[in-house]
Parts: sequence; C-alpha cells; structure tokens
Amino acid sequence: MTTNGAEKTLVVVQLSGGNDFMNTIVPYSNPHYYDARKKVVLSEDQVLPINDELAINGNAAPFKRLYDEGKMAIVQGIGYPDSNRSHFRGMDIWHTAEPHRVGSEGWLGQAVRELDPDAENVLTGVNIGMGLPRAMAVTGVPVTSVGDLEGYGVMNRIEQQKLKDKAIEAFKGIYGQAIGTGPVAEYIGQTGLDVLSGADMLADVANRYESTVEYADNGIAKNLRDVARVHLAGLGTRIFYTQHGGYDTHATQLPNHPKLMTDLSGAISDFLDDLEEHDASDNVTVFVFTEFGRRMRDNGSGTDHGSGGGAYLFGKPVEGGLYGEYPSVDPADWAHGEDLEHTIDFRGIYGTLLEQWLAVDAKPIVKGDFEQISPFRV
Amino acid sequence: MKSDRALVAHLMRRAGFGVTPAELDTLTRDKSYEEIVDDLVNPERFEELDESYIERYYSGELVAIHVGKWMYRMVNTQRPLEEKMALFLHHIFPVAWGKSEHGPSLYSEIEMFRRVGLTDMQTILLELSQDPAMIFWLDNNENHKGEINENYGRELLELFTMGVGNYTEDDIKAASRAFTGWTFRQPLSLYPVGHHPAEFEFLEDDHDYEAKTFLGETGNFNGEDIIDIIVKQPATARFISRHLYNFFVEDELQVPSWATEPPRNEMAIQQLSKVFMENGGQMRPVLRELFNSDFFKEATDFKKVKSPIELIAGVLKQTGEFSSPVPGIQQFAVTTLNGSPFEGPLAIMGQRLMNPPTVEGWHTGHEWIDSGTLSERVGFVEKQFQDISKPGVKDMVERAGSLDDDPAKLVERCLDLLGGIKVSEQTRDALVAYARELGSMDSGDEEGSVGVHNLLQMTASTVDYQFE
Repeated sequence: MTTNGAEKTLVVVQLSGGNDFMNTIVPYSNPHYYDARKKVVLSEDQVLPINDELAINGNAAPFKRLYDEGKMAIVQGIGYPDSNRSHFRGMDIWHTAEPHRVGSEGWLGQAVRELDPDAENVLTGVNIGMGLPRAMAVTGVPVTSVGDLEGYGVMNRIEQQKLKDKAIEAFKGIYGQAIGTGPVAEYIGQTGLDVLSGADMLADVANRYESTVEYADNGIAKNLRDVARVHLAGLGTRIFYTQHGGYDTHATQLPNHPKLMTDLSGAISDFLDDLEEHDASDNVTVFVFTEFGRRMRDNGSGTDHGSGGGAYLFGKPVEGGLYGEYPSVDPADWAHGEDLEHTIDFRGIYGTLLEQWLAVDAKPIVKGDFEQISPFRV
Repeated sequence: MKSDRALVAHLMRRAGFGVTPAELDTLTRDKSYEEIVDDLVNPERFEELDESYIERYYSGELVAIHVGKWMYRMVNTQRPLEEKMALFLHHIFPVAWGKSEHGPSLYSEIEMFRRVGLTDMQTILLELSQDPAMIFWLDNNENHKGEINENYGRELLELFTMGVGNYTEDDIKAASRAFTGWTFRQPLSLYPVGHHPAEFEFLEDDHDYEAKTFLGETGNFNGEDIIDIIVKQPATARFISRHLYNFFVEDELQVPSWATEPPRNEMAIQQLSKVFMENGGQMRPVLRELFNSDFFKEATDFKKVKSPIELIAGVLKQTGEFSSPVPGIQQFAVTTLNGSPFEGPLAIMGQRLMNPPTVEGWHTGHEWIDSGTLSERVGFVEKQFQDISKPGVKDMVERAGSLDDDPAKLVERCLDLLGGIKVSEQTRDALVAYARELGSMDSGDEEGSVGVHNLLQMTASTVDYQFE
C-alpha cells in the first residue's frame, strides 16, 4: 500500500546520546513521575501542557507552537525489542533496522537505492555535518556528505584554469581506475567521482539562497539552514540527514538539557518557517529520533541509559497530535524494573515514512510487517 | 643500506607519524629493521622535546591550542611510538572536551597517556580510572555509595577492556560499586585563576566497602582490585590485542560488532594475546612482537585508511612548516565546538581531537571516508603542497628533479619522497601521464604556477595516499 511520493522529501534529525523522553513530553500530572524523578524533574510551572496529562518541556516553546498549529506529531513510546542500553548497539539498531543481528546496510541508504536505482543523482541522499552516519551508508549507493558547503569539491584551490582542468582530469583518471584494488580502495575511488559530480551541482547553492529567517548560532540551526539551502536549490534531494549531539545526560542534565531543547525546537521551527517563506513546505517532513529514552529514576544529577523513548514528526503535511501510547510510568510496569517499556516498534514508524511518505516498499528494509501509524494529511 | 626503505617508511608511518626523506636516509643507512623497532619501544633512549620551548608558542586555554601543541609533538618528537601510543589510548579511551569544557584536564590526560602508554595494562587502567577528565566524562564523580552511577563501570567492561558477552549486568554493578568514592577535586578555583588541571581524590566516606562478586570472585574489592581481575582475563588480552591490530595493522569492523564478528586475522590476535598473557599485560613485548611480525610487514596494500590526524600530521612532517615552533599549527584544529566561527581541517575530515563524538570514539577505517571528508582531504593536501617556500616542500622539489626529466622516473622519486608509498599500476600510469602534461605546459606565463610540487600535490591526493 503505497501512495505517489514523487518529489516528497524527508529530513531526518538524529539526537545523539539518548534524549530523555519523559522530560521532553512530560507526564506532568502523574504522581509516579514525581516519585521517580527526585532531582531531574520539571515542575508544573516549567512545562507547557497539551492536555490534562502531558506537557511539552517549557524550554521547547517553539514545539508547543508547532503542536498547536497541528504541525507536530509525537510518537510516544517508540523503541526496539531486547534493549541492552548500549548507545552503540542502540544506534546500530536504529541505523540498520536490525535488532537481532549486526546489520551493515543503513535503512535510509537502502531507501536512496530504491528512489534512485541507477544512481543517477549523487544528491538523492545528502548528509549535512561531519561524518556519514551508518543509516545512510550502503555499499555502492552514492550519497553526499557535506561538512563544509562552501569548500566542497577537489582541486578548486588551483587558480590557473588550464592547470585546474588538467588536475581534475588526472584526479578523475586516478579515482576512476581504483577497480580491482580491493573493496575499500574501490569505495574511495567511487567516492572521489561522486565528489566531482556533487561539487558541480552544489557549486552555486550558497549564492542562490536568500531568506529573511535568521537561524540561531548553534550547530543544529546551522545544519538545518544548510538543509534548507540545498533543498531550495532544487537539486533532487529526497533524503536529508543531520545530527544534534549532547543528549547523553548522565550528569548535569539540569543545566544542559534545557539548552538542547531550546536549540532543537528553535532550529526546527526556523527551518519550517524558511520553507514556508519559499512556498516549499508542502513536500517536506522532518523526522526526529534518538537511540533510547532514559532511566525512570534519576541518579541525583542526571539519568542513566533507558529503553523506550519518543520520536517526532514535523511539517505542514503532518497531521499533528499524539500517536502510539505513552508508556506506563507506574513502577509495576517498568521494563527491567527501571525503564519505560516501549509501546511501538521503531520499524513500524520507518515503514510509515518509507511507504506513506517516500512511496518505497518497506518490507525488505525493515524485514517484516510492523504496525504503522497514519500521521500524514490526506 | 642496513634496512629496506619502503618497509622502514611503513613502520615509521604506523608506529609514528611518518618520516622525512632525510630521516629515512639516516635510519636505513645506520640501523636494521629490528634495531629500529627496538628503539621505538624504548623511547627513553631519545631526548624528550623541550616542553617549555613549545609552551612559548602554543599557550592558552582553547582546546585547539592543546591539540596544536600535541600536533607539534607528533611532527617533531624523537619518540614517535610514545606519541602514537598516546593517540592509541585517546582512540580507545575517548574523552571529549565538549562535556567538561576543561582544556587543561584534557591535555593532562593526553600527557598521562604519553607517560603510561608503554607500561602495562594495570598501570594504564589505574591511571585512567583516577584521571579527572575520564572521571568527569563518565560521571564517576556521581557514583556514590548507595546511589551508583554505572556509566564508568559499564564502559570500562564494554568498550575499554573486555567487550560485550564476557560479563553480566551484575558485574557492571559490582564494578561500579568498587569505584564509588573515586572522584576529583579542583586545587584552584575557576574564578579568578581560570582552568587548571584537577586532581584525583578518594573519598573514603563515599566508598562502598561491602563485599562484591565480580567475574566469579568475591571480596571487599575496590577499583584497583577490579582492574587486577580484568587484566587477568583472556578476554581482555584478546580485546586489547584486537584494538592494537585494528590501530596498527589493518582496519577491523567497529568495536560493537566484535562480539559477533570474528577478527580479520585470528592467528595474529592469538599471537598477540599470548604475549600479552605471558607478560602480564606489558605493552612493550606485545608491540615488539607486533612490529616484527610478518602480518605487520605484509600489511602494506590498502589495509588501513589513514585517520585525519595521521594524514595531517604526516603531511605537516613532510612540508616541514612546523619543524620548529612557529605560530599557527593550531589553525588545523579549530572547531566551532570551541568558539571558532569555522571548522578546521581536522574537524571537517571528521576527527576533532580531544572531542571524539561519543565514548565509543571515532568510527575508523573506510568510515573515515565519505564525500565530505574526502573533499577536505584532497583540499588540504593541495593547499599544503602549493607553497614551495616551505622547507620540506623545497627539499622534496629539489630531490625530485625537473619536469623535463623522464616522467616515469620523476613519479618514482615523488612516491619515494612522500614516504615510499605503494600505488596501484593504474595510479602510477595516471601520475606519469599527469607528469607528462605538466612538463608540456608552459610555466612561464604565470610565474611559479606549474612545477614538480603539482605532481607532489596529485600524488598525495590519490586513492592510494588515503591508506597508511
């Protein structure tokens, strides 16, 4: 069951470290919350209620606005089976959709392969930031990773035009002939060729962009601004990926988590405003996830690794509201006796995005049928 | 010649940060391969760099300055393995500035790594567990009697010593209890004196003195006992051997998959583990075994992708720009995480030293390479070899000869000068064709615009050069 997904774009934002779901979407009227959280707790005047039971973290006021405008969907209790609370295993699982074995193919890289089976456009998948996440990596599938939009390309520091042309030609010769020298050398060779074609396309992006939206001066805002710049240049990108780090709040969560919430919510709402200004908001959905939620009980200054957490969808095409079921905060129901139990499998949400948004068959990517939600306006 | 140029160049790249043509001349003339290995594992035979001299040029609180100072050491040290082991320990016990924002503690930790890198695993783990930067990074200062924070206990077992599958959740809790009360203090207050290194402190009142059962042994263990038990485990010998193999010999898969995926070279891991066990976790015998082994000597063909710092330090060693302390080396290490408005080359290539992305450290091997990082690698090399007034570039250009020479011989000399690097036949042919093109271009119309340095540039931009 797929719908026509032509030109629809997905922007994935990874919150690295394990965001504290319970202090993002807060069960502010539930006494179990206050029993479990003695110190790392938000009082009723620090939250923005969305109903009688749940509230948005008060530092994320832009989220409240988006929620009220019907542009924010909250997926409650998302998680994966048999959590072992490791960041790395957790992130691997989210990146490859393989909870029971160590997978090597990223779920979004596989989606890029489906969207652009002949690898015609190296910008079908674009990562903004340092380092390509495994979610985007599949051997043989070109995706572009841009750490520095302005300096992207090779041999572009040589000033003499004739020499520059010769140098690029030589580079192409060397990188095009890495076949037969082993898989890693071949991979590097292909990456070099992809850089050349991506650089051609991206050369003018920065100059073409104009906007009245003023993004804040922080990493996630800068990255989402770059997403906007590339997207608005109309280069055929279907999947963007970027990361926001710092969520591993074992300690000093009280001073640090509010800034994360402020930066993230501000960046996302600025990004959506930017799209709106350019009349480009109909076909973009933002998906925000993290590897796990945190422990029910705080440890005095922070929270340790937990299980079930939350994910979020943003954008004009999104039917805002609550999806899934908030995990029980009653101690009797806690996973391992100390964590939120997840209530919906992340592979169902991947399936939702792949099939209902990108029109890609999800089954071979998530390896099965998982319960989906219906978060898109029809 | 007492030793083989290409093999010694390979050794010096892996056990250090490369070698200049002049250094390679001296080494191969005076010493056998085994003698060079023996020198590497006994760094005290060589003089230490004068730290005070460095401090005059690179001082201040910014983490980029500390990284710059470290890079200066990598490029100029007479004790390359000491410096490489500090980097190894930073890779496998990664601590990031971003949490503490405390530069001096991070730099003190690297100094500690330099001091203990060639001792033994007990010493290394004990110093690590008492290191303020690590204590704060993994929250052991929040690990209290009766209210444990298991972050350090978990990562010590999962990522630092044994790997998943060799312990239980109960072992994590027992280890965490044994490290309660291991914290640090600030000898000087932040205001007005600024950041100064912190000191380890043991708080007796906060330590859990009750009996604990850890890996099958029961006793009133403290952190030191836990470390002793860990170092005795064959699983630890294997895990550290695999880390060493991955760092010095050949790229392995990322650490989290080690529990399920076999090593690239089982025999090599067994060989190293055996030496580790027989010598009670001493590093020198293990490293000597590694560098003298056939598997190391044979690991020259596209086996290990250079990390960004290996690429950058290696190039800077070759260009000679920082062969004495002059301002500026920290420009390569600046990052927006630390107040710079733009990212420097290390950051764009994906390795902010002293700022690893997570406690797992950097994903290495082919994961260093994507279109963004490759674009920066090539751009960096272009820029560094562009200026022929740099002493190393000047020396290499003179040694290489003229563009009027036979292009094949010219390419051969460039490959040797850049560290005896091996390239595929296809790459060699393409370089020869490029040398011919350069020779046919009129360099007269724009002064100094075409020259042998362009060939060095291209040689260091190849697929092949991305490998150590």
